[in-house]
Amino acid sequence: MNAATYWYCLRSIIVREGLRFLHQRERFFAALVRPLVWLAIFAVGFRAVLGVSIIPPYETYILYDEYVVPGLVAMIQLFNGMQNSLSMVYDREMGSMRTLLVSPLPRWYLLVAKLLAGVAVSIAQVYVFLGIAWLWGVEPPPLGYLAALPALLLSGLMLGALGLLLSSFVKQLENFAGVMNFVIFPMFFASSALYPLWRIREGSPTLYQIAAWNPFTQAVELIRFSLYLRVDVPALLWVAGCLALFLGAAVLAYDPGRGFWARRGGPAEQA
Amino acid sequence: MYEAAIPADPPSIPAIHGPPAQAVPALAVEELSHSFGKRMALDHVSFAVPPAGFTMLLGLNGAGKTTLFSLITRLYSNRSGAIRIFGFDLRRQPTRALERIGVVFQQPTLDLDLTVRQNLRYHGGLHGMAPSDCEARAREELERIGLADRADDRVRALSGGQRRRVEIARALLHRPKLLLLDEPTVGLDTESRRHILDHVRALCRGQDLAVLWATHLMDEATDEDSVVVLHQGRLRASGTVRAVRAEAGAATLPAAFAALTTGERRP
Repeated sequence: MNAATYWYCLRSIIVREGLRFLHQRERFFAALVRPLVWLAIFAVGFRAVLGVSIIPPYETYILYDEYVVPGLVAMIQLFNGMQNSLSMVYDREMGSMRTLLVSPLPRWYLLVAKLLAGVAVSIAQVYVFLGIAWLWGVEPPPLGYLAALPALLLSGLMLGALGLLLSSFVKQLENFAGVMNFVIFPMFFASSALYPLWRIREGSPTLYQIAAWNPFTQAVELIRFSLYLRVDVPALLWVAGCLALFLGAAVLAYDPGRGFWARRGGPAEQA
Repeated sequence: MYEAAIPADPPSIPAIHGPPAQAVPALAVEELSHSFGKRMALDHVSFAVPPAGFTMLLGLNGAGKTTLFSLITRLYSNRSGAIRIFGFDLRRQPTRALERIGVVFQQPTLDLDLTVRQNLRYHGGLHGMAPSDCEARAREELERIGLADRADDRVRALSGGQRRRVEIARALLHRPKLLLLDEPTVGLDTESRRHILDHVRALCRGQDLAVLWATHLMDEATDEDSVVVLHQGRLRASGTVRAVRAEAGAATLPAAFAALTTGERRP
């Protein structure tokens, strides 16, 4: 096992994920339509209701459309992370997960490779969305698109690792709808994706606290600042810390010696 | 580059006291037990698969075959007992052990929307094969199963028997020395079944390959095969078909199997 072996493995996992994504056109459109609906309908309706004052990283008054774009970018990544987690559960039930895990490379590496593959797909979607948002009139500085890349990688990994961790708790595919309701919606709405934190504080100090601690808020702010060529250091640390925590727990959950399979049996034994 | 990763020397067996290298079994299962909660899925199972040749793992549904396969392919680890692949302990040296195994799982695991070639490339990559090596091996294996002209077809377009053959080709892509097949003929018609069985037997004769074939279909075994009989998580017999028949005092393998699996549990 040398570096080339690891690289071939990573590359083939990313290529497969990309091919699968391209074959599922409806998934591609769904992934794109969702944030566009928010941008084109929700944001327009809210333009008049919500005035956003000058808060960092913005240097002038901005339209609500501009405020909401980083939140929608993070939403794409959140949905992708959960989608990947869903596909892990599906792969587990269908047996194709076994093909992956029988690889001689270390299991943590296989999981990280799988995560990176999912993040690569989500970043491609994000840039398509940012392109459309640009046509819509949301124009961050050109260099911001480049500066956002590392932020997108980090936040994508963090949300993907959360999905991976959740997938290890979900026993069957049917239980997944509950996870979506209990994870995606609270995370999205109790965050700074749709409204700035100071606005939330005006409404409810408790919700403000929850939103401030929400890793999704930190991911949104990390992306927002990077898009405007600034680094939000607390958000960066927060996202990196959550990534380490979620990934560590997911690797433990999938560990052959400690994980759930050793106790409950593999897909066929559960059937 | 892939070959370089596999040491040519035999695995870590004591040179003086240990058996000679060629006697190292392809698979050695020693005192293997595994339970899910209170249910004992495998109970002190020990047997060996010779380094070349065809071994049938016989057992009814629920005998513990799938648990055994899950443990051998390291889906999860054994808590007690040991599994060795050509002398490499699966828990201590999983990489060395796993790179010597090729597996065909009971459930179909090909990506239906990808082409045959894309499926094989994915598998080669998972085993760290360089793309050029992978391409050449894929061509060889597809020619062997007579599907070279279907390489760029989507798997969805293939018949059930053809998909199985592709899965066997895929399992052999990285040149394993031990091929594991878990109920590979389930759901196939008689002709496809025969075809797959003949193909794997030919592979076994033609190259230096050990095969462990799990099934509940007795008629898939011949007198020359080795056989391992598993029942309710326990080993009931192992040896050549002839020896197992003699031990059970039965004229045919199905009769021997019935005698071995219907009686009282052995202490």
